[in-house]
Amino acid sequence: MTKRKGKYYMDTRGYKIFTVFNYIIVITAALICLFPIINVFSVSLSSPHKAAAGAVWLLPKDFTLESYKFVMRSGNFWAAMFISIQRVILGTSIGMILTIMAAYPLSKNTAEFRARRIYVWVYFFTMLFSGGLVPSFLIVHYTGIMDTIWALILPGAVSTWNIILMLSFFRGLPKELEEAAFLDEAGHWNILWRIYVPLSKPAIATIGLFVIVGHWNSWFDGMLYMKKPYHYPLQTYLHSMLTIDVSRFLTTEQQNIIAKLSPKTIRATQVCVATIPILYVYSCRNTLLQVWFWVV
Amino acid sequence: MTRKSKNSTRLGTRSLHLMILPSLILLIIYRYLPMIGIVIAFQDFNIGLGVKAFWQSEWVGFAHFKRLFSSPDFTRALFNTLNIAIGKIIAMFFVPLTFALLINEVRNRPVKRMVQTIVYMPHFLSWVIMAGILKEVLAPDGVVNAIAATLFGSEPKFWLGDKNLFPFMMVVTETIKEFGFGTIIYLAAITGIDPTLYEAAIVDGASRFKQTIHVTIPSIMNIIVLSMVLSLGNILNAGFDQIFNLYSVPVLETGDIIDTLVYRISMQSGQYDFGTAVGLFKSVISMILISVSYWMAYKFADYEIF
Repeated sequence: MTKRKGKYYMDTRGYKIFTVFNYIIVITAALICLFPIINVFSVSLSSPHKAAAGAVWLLPKDFTLESYKFVMRSGNFWAAMFISIQRVILGTSIGMILTIMAAYPLSKNTAEFRARRIYVWVYFFTMLFSGGLVPSFLIVHYTGIMDTIWALILPGAVSTWNIILMLSFFRGLPKELEEAAFLDEAGHWNILWRIYVPLSKPAIATIGLFVIVGHWNSWFDGMLYMKKPYHYPLQTYLHSMLTIDVSRFLTTEQQNIIAKLSPKTIRATQVCVATIPILYVYSCRNTLLQVWFWVV
Repeated sequence: MTRKSKNSTRLGTRSLHLMILPSLILLIIYRYLPMIGIVIAFQDFNIGLGVKAFWQSEWVGFAHFKRLFSSPDFTRALFNTLNIAIGKIIAMFFVPLTFALLINEVRNRPVKRMVQTIVYMPHFLSWVIMAGILKEVLAPDGVVNAIAATLFGSEPKFWLGDKNLFPFMMVVTETIKEFGFGTIIYLAAITGIDPTLYEAAIVDGASRFKQTIHVTIPSIMNIIVLSMVLSLGNILNAGFDQIFNLYSVPVLETGDIIDTLVYRISMQSGQYDFGTAVGLFKSVISMILISVSYWMAYKFADYEIF
C-alpha cells in the first residue's frame, strides 16, 4: 500500500473526481448497512401510533420507553437471555480447549507424528460430508442430551475449520522454542500450555471471538433440541416470537398491556435488546482482546 | 543424543494421541454416527422401535429416491436452490472485490476505519435478528416503502411477500449482510503487496487506475481465483438461516429451497426416512462439488487446507 503523501497522480483531475465519487459510494454503502439498524432502534423507542403509520425514519417520534418496560418485565425473555449466556460461557470454554488440544498434535509434521495422516482425514472428511438433519437429530436424541444445555454445546463443539486456523498459527511459531523445551525434558503438555498457548493469544482471541458470536447467534439447534419453550436460548426465543402468534404465550394482564402497545414496537424492541450485547462485544473487541492478553 | 530424542518422541506420541482423543470422541459421536444413520434413507423407518429402528426397520431400497425425483416439490426446490445460490455466488464475488478496491483508495484514515467497522457489523448479527430488522423496514408500512413513496410516489410493495421479488431480495439482503466481511481477505492481500511495484508503475507514468489494473489486481489474483473456486462448493447452499427466517407461504413457489424442504418434510410432517433421503441427495452432490473445488484450489492457487 502506498502510504506516503503527495504522489503525483493524486493531483490529476481524474483522480480528484474519482475520489469524490469514491467517498460517496463507500459512505452510501456504509449507510445502507447502518440505516436498517438505526430505523428499527428508533421504531422501538417511538409511540406505537407513529410507528404503525410508518412515520419513523431516522429518529424516534413521540419518544417512549413503554415497549422496553414491557420486554424487560417479561420473565421468558430473561430466562432465554440466561440460557444464551450460559451456552456462550460453557460452549466457548469447552470448544476452545478442544480446538487447542486437537490443533497441537495436528500441527506436527508426519515425521514427528505418524498417525497425523489418518487423523487429518478423519477431521477433514467432516468438512466434506455430513449425516444431515434427521440422523444428527436422532443421535442427539439417543445420546440422551435432548432438552439440556449440552445439546447446544456438544454436537458443534469440534469445528474442523477452527482447528485448521489454530494449527496454521501453531505452525508459524518458531521451532527452536519447542526444541529448547525438549532439551529441558518438557513433555508435549508443557510445551502446549506453557509455550504454544501463551504465544498464540492473538489467534486464540480471534477464534474465541468467532466461537462466542457463533454461540450467541445460534437459534436452529435450540429449536430442534429444546422441547420446552422456556429452555430456548435467546435467538430461538426471538425466532419464535417473530414468526408465530405471540398472544397465546401471554397472560391476560400482559394482553391488556400489549393492546396499548403495538406488536410492531414490541418486535423492534426485542430485536434491539438481543442485538445490543453482540454489538457491544463487536465494538469492544479490541478492549476484550487486551483484557484477554492481560489475563492469560 | 539420537536415542534420547527418539525416546522423547515416542513418549510424546502417546500424549499427542491423548490430546486429540476428547475431540475425536465428540467427532465420532456427533459427526460420524449420523453418517451411519443415513441408512434410514433406505428404510421404512419405524421410530417406535427406539434405537433398534436403525437396523430392524424394513428395507425399501431406493423407494424414497424414486418418490423424490417424481416429486414436483423437490424439482421446484432444486431449481430455487440453484437460482438463489448462483445469484449469491455472483454478487458475493463482485461486490466485496470492488468494495475492497474502492476502500483501498480512501486515504482519510478515520473515514476508512469507520466505514470498515460499519460494513463488517451485519456479519455479526444472526439471521433471526437480521430477519427481524428486514421484516420491519421492508414491511408494507415500513420505512423503505415510506421513503419510496416520498421520493418517487410509488405504491407500497410487499418486498418479502412477492414471489417474483423474493429470490432477488435474498441475493440483495445476503449481500448487504456479508459483503463487508467478504472484503477482509482482499484487503489483507492488498496490504501484502510490495510497495516497490507501485513505485515502479509510477515511474512508468501509470495513473492510479492503471496501477489498479496492472499491479493491484494481478497481485491479488491468487486470492481472487481461490475465493471463486471455493465458492463453487456453495452451489447447493442457498442459505437456510436466511430463507427460513424470511419466507412465507406466498413465496414458497420461488423461495422454497432443499434445506427448508428437508426441514418441513422431516420435522413438521415427521417423515424422517424421506427427509433423510432428500438431505442425502444434497449431501452427496455437495461433497462432490466441495471436493472438486478443493482440488481446483490446490491445482490453481496452491491452496492446501491442512
